[in-house]
Amino acid sequence: MVGYLIQRLLGVALTLLVAAALIFFLLDVLPGDPARFMLGINASDEALNALRQQLGLDQPAFVRFGQWLMGLFTGDLGMSASQRAPIAELILERMQLSLPLAFGALLLSTLIGLPLGIFAAQNQGKFGDAGLMGLAQIGIAIPNFWFAMLLVVVFAVTLKWLPPGGFVPWAENPTAAFRALILPTIALALPQAAILARVMRTSLVDVARQDFIRTARAKGLSKNQALWRHGVRNALLPVMTIMGLQFAFLIAGTIIVENVFYLPGLGRLIFTAISARDLFVVRSALLVLVGLVVIIMFLVDLLYALVDPRLKKRAGN
Amino acid sequence: MRVFKQFASNFRHPSFAIGFVLSAVLIVLALLSLVWTPHPTNGVNIAARFGSPSLQHVIGTDFFGRDIFSMLMAGALTSLRVAVLAVGIGMVVGVPLGLLAAGHGGWLERLILRLNDFVFAFPAIITAIIITTLFGPSAINAMIAIGIFNIPVFARVARGGALSIWTLDYVDAARLSGLKVWQISVRHVLPNILSLLIVQATIQLSLGILAEAGLSYIGLGTQPPETSLGLMLKEAQSFFLAYPMQAVWPGLTIIIFVMALNLMGDGLRDQMDPKLSKAGGINVAG
Repeated sequence: MVGYLIQRLLGVALTLLVAAALIFFLLDVLPGDPARFMLGINASDEALNALRQQLGLDQPAFVRFGQWLMGLFTGDLGMSASQRAPIAELILERMQLSLPLAFGALLLSTLIGLPLGIFAAQNQGKFGDAGLMGLAQIGIAIPNFWFAMLLVVVFAVTLKWLPPGGFVPWAENPTAAFRALILPTIALALPQAAILARVMRTSLVDVARQDFIRTARAKGLSKNQALWRHGVRNALLPVMTIMGLQFAFLIAGTIIVENVFYLPGLGRLIFTAISARDLFVVRSALLVLVGLVVIIMFLVDLLYALVDPRLKKRAGN
Repeated sequence: MRVFKQFASNFRHPSFAIGFVLSAVLIVLALLSLVWTPHPTNGVNIAARFGSPSLQHVIGTDFFGRDIFSMLMAGALTSLRVAVLAVGIGMVVGVPLGLLAAGHGGWLERLILRLNDFVFAFPAIITAIIITTLFGPSAINAMIAIGIFNIPVFARVARGGALSIWTLDYVDAARLSGLKVWQISVRHVLPNILSLLIVQATIQLSLGILAEAGLSYIGLGTQPPETSLGLMLKEAQSFFLAYPMQAVWPGLTIIIFVMALNLMGDGLRDQMDPKLSKAGGINVAG
């Protein structure tokens, strides 16, 4: 198991290193001088040169890449040219919104999707199953931002239960911050819940045909008892893989849904930085997004290896 | 004739029949917009803005006074074009990689699988952000971003399908007769995994339409004066509270289009593999 862990950790580190290099060098080839941007068009050559030196822009690309990597470890990612603030601080501030949103949506989609999938599998071929799977078809096809717009009309504008947009920092008013994230979380979670419900149902229907379920039934368990005691745990394995993949899409979805609710998350930070040509911010924020996806996928793999005894054995060898 | 009969037999499956008919109607309407729309899509008529449904404009007009139905036809074409070309990119690059991985095995297979995992860490939106930063936003940008995301999907499906074909006797026979790996892959493996790839293509097509909508909505995809279903939603957002139908029509069109393609894909898969008939597809949106 330790060997497997080390091997996977090395894989994660290598993936992140290649991703960092790709993002850095792709954005580095862009024309435009960050020093000129920071000082304005009337800046003197001396002032520009001094700032370039201070920002390390006079160094070769490889050296700057190394400095950036070191900065990722020490938390010093430099200053944002457009916002005149430390980049690490900006990213951390935005993560307070984007992370709870993505994880909240993952949790909610799991809480909705898995029970519905299990219910559909238990009632395979009956009215409830057909109805739920029909709903799931619609859920999968709904663009999350469109669904978000509908939620705003119903729950914010008509019923006035929740705010239509904006965000108050957690430190200022935790209740208001929580309330601001309810509608975006639902908008992100429901389409994902539809996917999860479908995958859970498929997986459980598959497992229900296996010999060990038949044995459990032969020993006197009812269909539902057999499914709950032996089926669900086994059916969860493929579902977990999908949940890992889903997290990548939730991160992507966060960026889109932020737009509907005017939320100052990581997505907004990136878009403002792109329009201001503040590439230092863009590259660091992008790497944080990729890093989140890679780490979550790694954790899912790990969980998979822990839950699946066959993989555990193979990993142990 | 045999191919036609095989195709016609799919219609016995209700999912496929419904999905195929709906998709066909939408695709025909989208293609028709190349030569004809009820009203021009670039004509601005401010006096007629936000018009209610009438005989002249069946589902009303938008904030520029343009006919919404005509806009939907043209928008569906852009969305479809982006999704189709993105599937093309995914297939042209991904399928050979998958075939190569299955046929060659060893280090090359491991390398391709690693590359696959790497690309998976870049959801289409992140690739789109990078391309936008480099070249500015456009429909082509969205197409490439979604296409890159499709590559590992097709590589996986092709490899999975090819691995099972490689264990069959006739492949051994082909190998003994002196054919090279690529020749066997092209002549014997590819034709046998084609149906698998077609099913995946319909799923990726529906995901492509959703992804294009998302990217255009946040300004990374299609740009005016061109239109797409996602861009129509972006433009409708400012007027959404006063004129909700502006956003309802493009949203519904996306839902129907995606559902139709998914139903068609489900139906095709069920026909090919009855074992999976009760199974749902593993499709996650990028």
